[in-house]
Amino acid sequence: MFNRIMVPVDLAHADQLDRALQCAADLAAHYKATVVYVGVAAATPGSVAHTPEEFARKMAAFAASQGETAGVAAEGLALTSHDPATDLDPTLLKAVDDTGADLVVMASHVPNLTDYVWPSNGGTIARKAKVSVMVVR
Amino acid sequence: MADTTTTDQGIPEPEGVSDIIETDYEIGQDNYEGQFGPLRVDFHNPVFVITGLMVVLFVAIALVAPDASKTFFQAMMNFVKSQFDWFFLLSANLFVIFALVLIVTPWGSVRLGGSEATPDYSYPAWFAMLFAAGMGIGLMFFGVLEPVYYFGTPWGDQPLGGELGIVDGTVMDAAQVEAARQMAMAATIYHWGLHPWAIYAIVALALALFSYNKGLPLTLRSAFYPVLGERIWGFWGNAIDTIAAFATLFGLATSLGFGSIQVASGLTEVFGSGDAQEGTRNFLGFLWGNVDDNVAGVENSSVLLALIIGFITLIALVSVMRGLDGGVKILSEINMGLAGLLLAFVFLLGPTIAILGDFVGGLGAYAREIVPLSNPFGREDTGFLHGWTTFYWAWWISWSPFVGMFIARVSRGRTVREFITCVLLIPSLVCVFWMATFGGTAISQVIDGASQSGVFQNVIASYRPEISLFAMLRELPLASITSLLAVILVIIFFVTSSDSGSLVIDTITAGGKVDAPVSQRIFWCVFEGAVAAVLLLGAAGTAGLDSLQAMVISTGLFFTAVLLVMCYAILRGLMSERQA
Repeated sequence: MFNRIMVPVDLAHADQLDRALQCAADLAAHYKATVVYVGVAAATPGSVAHTPEEFARKMAAFAASQGETAGVAAEGLALTSHDPATDLDPTLLKAVDDTGADLVVMASHVPNLTDYVWPSNGGTIARKAKVSVMVVR
Repeated sequence: MADTTTTDQGIPEPEGVSDIIETDYEIGQDNYEGQFGPLRVDFHNPVFVITGLMVVLFVAIALVAPDASKTFFQAMMNFVKSQFDWFFLLSANLFVIFALVLIVTPWGSVRLGGSEATPDYSYPAWFAMLFAAGMGIGLMFFGVLEPVYYFGTPWGDQPLGGELGIVDGTVMDAAQVEAARQMAMAATIYHWGLHPWAIYAIVALALALFSYNKGLPLTLRSAFYPVLGERIWGFWGNAIDTIAAFATLFGLATSLGFGSIQVASGLTEVFGSGDAQEGTRNFLGFLWGNVDDNVAGVENSSVLLALIIGFITLIALVSVMRGLDGGVKILSEINMGLAGLLLAFVFLLGPTIAILGDFVGGLGAYAREIVPLSNPFGREDTGFLHGWTTFYWAWWISWSPFVGMFIARVSRGRTVREFITCVLLIPSLVCVFWMATFGGTAISQVIDGASQSGVFQNVIASYRPEISLFAMLRELPLASITSLLAVILVIIFFVTSSDSGSLVIDTITAGGKVDAPVSQRIFWCVFEGAVAAVLLLGAAGTAGLDSLQAMVISTGLFFTAVLLVMCYAILRGLMSERQA
């Protein structure tokens, strides 16, 4: 049913993604799909990496280890954005097209008051992406 | 499970070759991350907290004792300007020489972001953002004012002791007019040409180099790595970043406060009704533009100013929420288009030949006078030297952390040579052309109309600087349209300063992280508008703004020393980079 599952990840907070990662891995195993882990960072040095290339290597390493642990095919995709704090949603939506994903699995927080004025990234992707989106809370 | 690879610490490779500094410091390790009510926060502790508290403290001082603090801070500023004039002038000269020399050295080929990096922004977008951040608003305010002031205001201290072109409303003979005109242009170009842009270029280059090529966070402290080493993560780094964020916030807030006066004057000029002499001049019922000491009890409305500040802050807010590409860049480009339109209009409908003469003649006079103008010793024109030159130098330098950091943010992928050419030489030429167009047109109007010209009445006869631009436009065709365009431009220039400033303050107070939660940049943007509005509403008149602006300009002395260290840091940083 699904061939490519896109999983947006924030390597700085990867410890909070366990449920979404597990869910994506299980779905991939079930459908024999490839998981594409997508990360977005600025070109300026940040907490995850000092340069875009270091970031790309970390994403690739992350994907490789995830794929190995779960026993599924996995790819890493590192995207650079001028202003990730505001451009995360459009960058991820574009990544959905670019990766050819037919399912997005992403973690999100439990909605709170701010989500009325400020939708979560998961919420926005679910609303705007053309493919199926599973938001894991 | 997830942790298996995030601890991966291979040798970091930028795009192509560059020389990353090995440090155990992890960007964001001193940050406080957590929830504040429903909002996620991620800011540097203590830089964020101390900056915020210091701002509140200084605003409180300015409100409780506006006159005393004005007296104190202006005395401090005057002390800095008069006692350290040599330090400002010599340092600024050094920055220009340093930047120009870098262009021709082999280091000019070092690329920011590693040898294979590609530019983040196209040339037009890049230029638009360079101007919009730090200088555009000054061009609107001083474009007419400054050249005319030198040309005709009899304050006894013309630049280098030159002669006036008009005395008591009578235009002098042709030779003296021409000499005064050239000196006015030369002195204005001196303040808006190579020196300010070199100041910005030094800060921007230092930050870009240590961030993109060395892997240190994009914040002021990083440029101190060659001097302080790992100590930049401790007290000294915190102090530098805090003072930078503090100076940026007050620099923006006070400019916003004074800028609202220019906007109010412009709006009243275009759409106002009533009579200034009778004290009934108003814009939509808000009293404004009335002559101060004419009718007893007549006041101009501070509420109008607060509304303008609120409006500007609101647009800036939308801009920062849309981010660098979706907000700041688009507004900067709109701004550049409108500014180009106004420039073209004044150039074509003004005295085109005279403007071209001012451009070429001004550049020639600048080349001839730059050495005496930039020499701090044995000067007799101290009114000009302290009132204008050192004021400008301290002002540019106190703004340089903000503008420099913003320029660094958008300059990744350029070579050092390209960077300095585009941040120093081309903007300087654009400023010269702007000053020649606006100043040249205004001076021609003064020569033609003498004491009857609007510019003469608002700059020379009585000093109303915020009106000067509109007085010049009024004597050209389609004045109502161009004045409106000018008002819009002033507003957008303030918005683009405010939004880029909020981004910079946010990045500094988040320890160099550019992906801190959006709510934090909103906080700084609103805070800045609030400070401006409170100072205008809380203290009668502009005493609060005056005092804090004087305080900010005094920080220029500290940042001059910071910039000198940055020159050394740039050299050290470039030495270890591979030249393409």
